[in-house]
Amino acid sequence: MSDLTELGIKAIRDGVKAGDFSAREVAEGFNANVAAASDLNAFIVATPDAALAAADAVDAKRAKGEELGAMGGVPIGMKDLFATKGVQTTAASHILEGFTPEYESTVSQNLWDAGAGMLGKLNLDQFAMGSSNETSYFGNVTSPWRRPDGSNTPMSPGGSSGGSSTAVAARLAPAATGTDTGGSIRQPAAFTGITGVKPTYGRCSRWGVVAFASSLDQAGPMARDVTDCAIMLGAMAGFDPKDSTSLDMPVPDWEAALSSDLSGKKVGIPREYRMDGMDEEIAASWDKGKEMLRDAGAEIVDVSLPHTKYALPAYYIIAPAEASSNLARYDGVRYGLRDLPDGAGLQDMYAETRAAGFGDEVKRRILIGTYVLSAGFYDAYYNQAQKIRTLVSQDFASAFEQCDVILAPTTPSASFGLGEKDDDPIGMYLNDVFAVPASLAGLPAMSVPCGVNSEGLPLGLQLVGPAFDEQGVMNAGLAIEERAGFTHRAEKWWA
Amino acid sequence: MSIDRATVAKIASLARIKMSDKELDRMVPELSGILEWVEQLGEVDTSNVEPMTAVIPNALRLRADEVNADPKTGGDKRDDVLANAPAAEHGFFGVPKVIE
Repeated sequence: MSDLTELGIKAIRDGVKAGDFSAREVAEGFNANVAAASDLNAFIVATPDAALAAADAVDAKRAKGEELGAMGGVPIGMKDLFATKGVQTTAASHILEGFTPEYESTVSQNLWDAGAGMLGKLNLDQFAMGSSNETSYFGNVTSPWRRPDGSNTPMSPGGSSGGSSTAVAARLAPAATGTDTGGSIRQPAAFTGITGVKPTYGRCSRWGVVAFASSLDQAGPMARDVTDCAIMLGAMAGFDPKDSTSLDMPVPDWEAALSSDLSGKKVGIPREYRMDGMDEEIAASWDKGKEMLRDAGAEIVDVSLPHTKYALPAYYIIAPAEASSNLARYDGVRYGLRDLPDGAGLQDMYAETRAAGFGDEVKRRILIGTYVLSAGFYDAYYNQAQKIRTLVSQDFASAFEQCDVILAPTTPSASFGLGEKDDDPIGMYLNDVFAVPASLAGLPAMSVPCGVNSEGLPLGLQLVGPAFDEQGVMNAGLAIEERAGFTHRAEKWWA
Repeated sequence: MSIDRATVAKIASLARIKMSDKELDRMVPELSGILEWVEQLGEVDTSNVEPMTAVIPNALRLRADEVNADPKTGGDKRDDVLANAPAAEHGFFGVPKVIE
């Protein structure tokens, strides 16, 4: 039999349903790939037994002639930011090491209910704070991709969903969950040549997802292609009364409505995204993307998003502010790490626990957040940033009066070597310069691979749509996918 | 605006994160750099702009006034709630003595 780990969601689901192979065979194949890929460090915990149990349940249902679900027989990787009952959930932090939830996140439960199984919990940047997967307490994730120069420099899989991007790109999982606060699905997808969708804010419940910046956090699928993302997003999304910002609206059948015919559609090209000193290969890939969408029937129009340059600094006030508040819960009292020196009091216990439990980037952001929210600075920083956020959102609203979807690069560069940007926090933040505006406005956006650069590293193109129009975003993504014919893959060196 | 060492130490104390002198030495220039970079937001005239309060307009809902309507978030979960506590005693979270 051909290698089942070459298959994506749709092929697995349809193959299991047709009886071409069993769900158990699929799970066994991916379990073996996970076990052989420890060099990539994509998983914090592997759960092969959970994958087999879910597969057996699907096979048993099929034997009885029952419905198998939208993800029936598909094993997936679960970003370790989703609470999974009985399975350690750490957010890649020391402070949550050993934390074993007594409950299941809504998104993961939705996926299990749709017939998916869990291969394990995926590594990430600590508390999803990072753009290179170098802030995890459990070590860096290494991208399966390498520069072809023979140096074997370990490359960044992007972040924060770097375990997810690596697992999908290296065929350790046909798909994985991601979360995107300011680019954490799209940037790692672009770095590893896979597809990732951040839906409209509120589409996927945040209940049971470890909180980073609650007004921005949004879960989404990361998979091999647009169709697989459409299927998986359909299984993840849905109204959840346990999340006060959950969208109370029906989940469309995105898979059924996928169409790469863009006749009559207008694609906006935001002129402010063409920044001084833009990487020439990124600019060329963007031009190529325009041609592909024109070929699919769309009209290309120029649009303006005048406050683009302020989006990233506004994000680096808003996100740390919310993080400093959300992460106040880690106090060594209710769960997670407790560091209590002999004779220490309660306040000392808090300070010692948090000093020992948080990594440097997390501390940096908590301190920034605490500062911008502190008395005397709130108006100048936080309030001003929230006003800029309004302007960024209004920019998009005006642009979408002239176009149906926006095309832009996902990232300002291809992947870089682990350690190459370590000493420069702002340089690292700039990775998300094209991704953050859509996050601030809560809009659906995705990254789809469009080719490789002269170093042989993947490049992604980003599509952004108006609120609730995941369909338009994925349709344009499909048009690019069909024309880009992206078949590059990382040469297997890790097993 | 660059911030000084005393300010960073104060923030760290407010955030309940103990910091060694070495850590403070590293954090001061990093935080100053980030704050200087976000200063550019001051260039934008926002005098007639309302700060964003909800990214997608969405009215807050009320749930039915019913005890344990959703068993997942309802009561009678003491053991579950305490299951991950570093020190659970007699059905409570244990902490160091706070009253002398």
